[in-house]
Amino acid sequence: MNALELKNVTKKFGKVVANKNVNLTVKSGEILAVLGENGSGKTTLMNMIAGIYYPDEGEIFVNGNPVTIASPKDAFDLHIGMIHQHFKLVDIFTATENIVLGIKDKKRFNLKDAEKKVIEISSKYGFEIDPKKKIYEMSVSEKQTVEIVKVLYRGADILILDEPTAVLTPQETEKLFKVLKKMRDDGKSIIIITHKMHEVLSVSDRVTILRRGEYIDTVATAETNEAELTEMMVGKRVSLNIDRSEPKNPVDRLVVNHLNLKNSENVKILDDVSFTAKSGEILGIAGIAGSGQKELLESIAGLHTSAQGEITYIDPQNKEINLMEKTPVQIRELGVRLSFVPEDRLGMGLVGNMDIIDNMMLRSYKKGKSMFLDRQPPKKLAKSIIDELEVVTPSATTPVRRLSGGNVQKVLVGREIASSPTVLMAAYPVRGLDINSSYTIYNLLNEQKENGVAVIFVGEDLDVLLELCDRILVISSGTVSGIVDGRTATKEGVGLLMTKVKGAKENEE
Amino acid sequence: MKNKSKRTHEPLFHISKRTDVSLKTGIIIRIVAIILALIVCGIVTKIFTGDNPISIYKTIFDGAFGKGRTLVTIHEIAILLCVSLAVTPAFRMKFWNIGAEGQVLIGCLSTAMCMFYLGGKIPDGLLMLIMAIFAIVSGIIWGIIPAFFKAQWGTNETLFTLMMNYVAIQLIEYFLKIADKSGSNVVGPDLLTHGWFPTLFGTNYLLNILIVAVLTVVLYIYLKYSKHGYEISVVGESENTARYIGINVKKVIIRTMALSGAICGLAGLLLVGGASHSIDSNLADGRGFTAIMVSWLAKFNPFTMILTTLLIVFLERGADEVSSKFGLNSDFAQILTGIILFFIIGCEFFINYKINFNHKKRAQVKEEK
Repeated sequence: MNALELKNVTKKFGKVVANKNVNLTVKSGEILAVLGENGSGKTTLMNMIAGIYYPDEGEIFVNGNPVTIASPKDAFDLHIGMIHQHFKLVDIFTATENIVLGIKDKKRFNLKDAEKKVIEISSKYGFEIDPKKKIYEMSVSEKQTVEIVKVLYRGADILILDEPTAVLTPQETEKLFKVLKKMRDDGKSIIIITHKMHEVLSVSDRVTILRRGEYIDTVATAETNEAELTEMMVGKRVSLNIDRSEPKNPVDRLVVNHLNLKNSENVKILDDVSFTAKSGEILGIAGIAGSGQKELLESIAGLHTSAQGEITYIDPQNKEINLMEKTPVQIRELGVRLSFVPEDRLGMGLVGNMDIIDNMMLRSYKKGKSMFLDRQPPKKLAKSIIDELEVVTPSATTPVRRLSGGNVQKVLVGREIASSPTVLMAAYPVRGLDINSSYTIYNLLNEQKENGVAVIFVGEDLDVLLELCDRILVISSGTVSGIVDGRTATKEGVGLLMTKVKGAKENEE
Repeated sequence: MKNKSKRTHEPLFHISKRTDVSLKTGIIIRIVAIILALIVCGIVTKIFTGDNPISIYKTIFDGAFGKGRTLVTIHEIAILLCVSLAVTPAFRMKFWNIGAEGQVLIGCLSTAMCMFYLGGKIPDGLLMLIMAIFAIVSGIIWGIIPAFFKAQWGTNETLFTLMMNYVAIQLIEYFLKIADKSGSNVVGPDLLTHGWFPTLFGTNYLLNILIVAVLTVVLYIYLKYSKHGYEISVVGESENTARYIGINVKKVIIRTMALSGAICGLAGLLLVGGASHSIDSNLADGRGFTAIMVSWLAKFNPFTMILTTLLIVFLERGADEVSSKFGLNSDFAQILTGIILFFIIGCEFFINYKINFNHKKRAQVKEEK
């Protein structure tokens, strides 16, 4: 009998279909991996099992009985426990206090007994945990252990782990997998969400693949291989017919050498990244989301002062300008026309509550000596962008957060292009956009390329990257795993590079 | 099985955020809230005192705008408005300055000290100039200290500004001990004899009211049309955006809190030099905290703030009058004020959120059964 079964589960958010007719089964004593690219609906699906979302259609069975899971409490009653990507712990409490927090049983509460039980669970599965340690003194992996023990303490038989290895070092991952296997042997059912191929192969018994919210297939891990899984995950190549002109006399414009960056927890985000962006071409950056693309662009734009290495801009007069340890303002003052369309449009590129005119000023408001703002130039710019890019908006004084995603992006890209850049960086510029808006953006990028701009394009859709870009840099866990020619590369080849672990480099052009 | 009953407990309703609130909807919701508040107040009054609610409302109005009270009420509005204007730039930056009370008090203290030590020794005009400089500079210092710590080390501005209030209070107590050896807890006009603001057209307080009126316009322009105001909005809306375009966030935080503190210091100057000519540790009278509410209710718009200040002062003065005229405990007036504010603030929830009842889904579930 299946410990958990989902039949034809569908979940929509407004018009967006996050999951469509998804089927999934987990047996007792089994590790099931759920594999899919970003935005393929993995987390939404798991949240429905954990009672955070409620499915629009479809049925859920636990041990063969149909159930309704309307809240996380229902999920706990059914012995389902989820370990979220972002931990939900109280910092100033100890491990044990966090573990027992919110448990309602008839017995009188006794912290000593609770601690004993925590130690019992830990030794049974091989966790290393100090029940008296406070959360704020713990490392990320210790916190994760607390989260796992928390759901086990509550008697969970079905455990869901949402990208548990994203925050772990390889050694910690190894340890976690050992524990998971022990739990499996004890008869627990485990669902692990991941997009790292080698992890799927090393830990799971079966794999369920999702693509763009749809259920693709479930296969036994022992009977499959990396190439097959990659193909199922990214899908067959579709022709999009994006025009791609030959780059006109490309020259080096931006040279990045041995760039390293660590985050606040001292984990390497960028590891010895080197590449060159040339004028008149589009350099694509492919990789699983969170592999360091965002930080790479932000480092170039001057937002990460702790980055180490070399970033050199070569202006059209062949003068070299060092961009390391420069703030965005300093970069602008050096005459470097660097435009940046960040991933987070309303949280970084634009201010959601301000109108289009005020957003146009973000880059240029400081011009002039007056202490007052001159709203005339941004007004003109707003008008021309609305006309030229066909932005659908009630007026130029509408707050940008009220516009649809495509129109927000047109406003942002429009502003960045308006400063006639020589380097244009765009991170996921078509995410969440419909086909027409996406093509508007591709055309804008192509136009810039033909004008001799060095375009750096971070994308998630491999089909688009292969049709649009002249060269594609593939990034995997913060390292460059390859730079390939956009005209000859194959989807499978890029897909394999994306999931490649540290090691051999193929730095070929 | 125990799970069978679960079919029915799908949530009854869910709350979603309104993306777009028209001005009309907003006004209607607010009017309904005020009407409901008055009805509830009426019922409460009837039940607990037996008095006619209508006559109570009339008394509230007389308390604020009855004979000979209008000027005092307007002055009261001006002072509260001044403190509310002070907290506004910081609030627009999402810097939760709840230390306006202390910043005003330190301004009061500086003013009083100038009057006490320099009064009579130098010409009054020069004295007033020195009073103004000291009041404003001390306000700035009180504002900048927490801002600096926040900008440099990310300390919590709410706690920090709150604590600074108590420092200011204790400093005033210390001054009172030195200035008035009799042990009184007020240093009154008999000791602060010089540096009183002139009366304009034979009317007290008029200078104070004019200063605040000008300040309101200036601050509106500053926030809306100056580069500084623009930077404040960007930092408040999204620090990431500010970083992205290269705004020096630390500098903006410190500069804006300096402005906040300066206006608080000015309010202290107006209170001592232009109105009470005395000082005690309760002189700010909680305005630093009331101002937070005024500023919020007005959505940080200086002009709307005139209305919200009017409302709050009107309620406070009316409530005082009710308790004295009807011989009710003063707490009763506060209950009425509390009820009205509860409805006015509570209605903001319905302006920002919509409640959706799950009729359709529930019907479906029943059919399935």
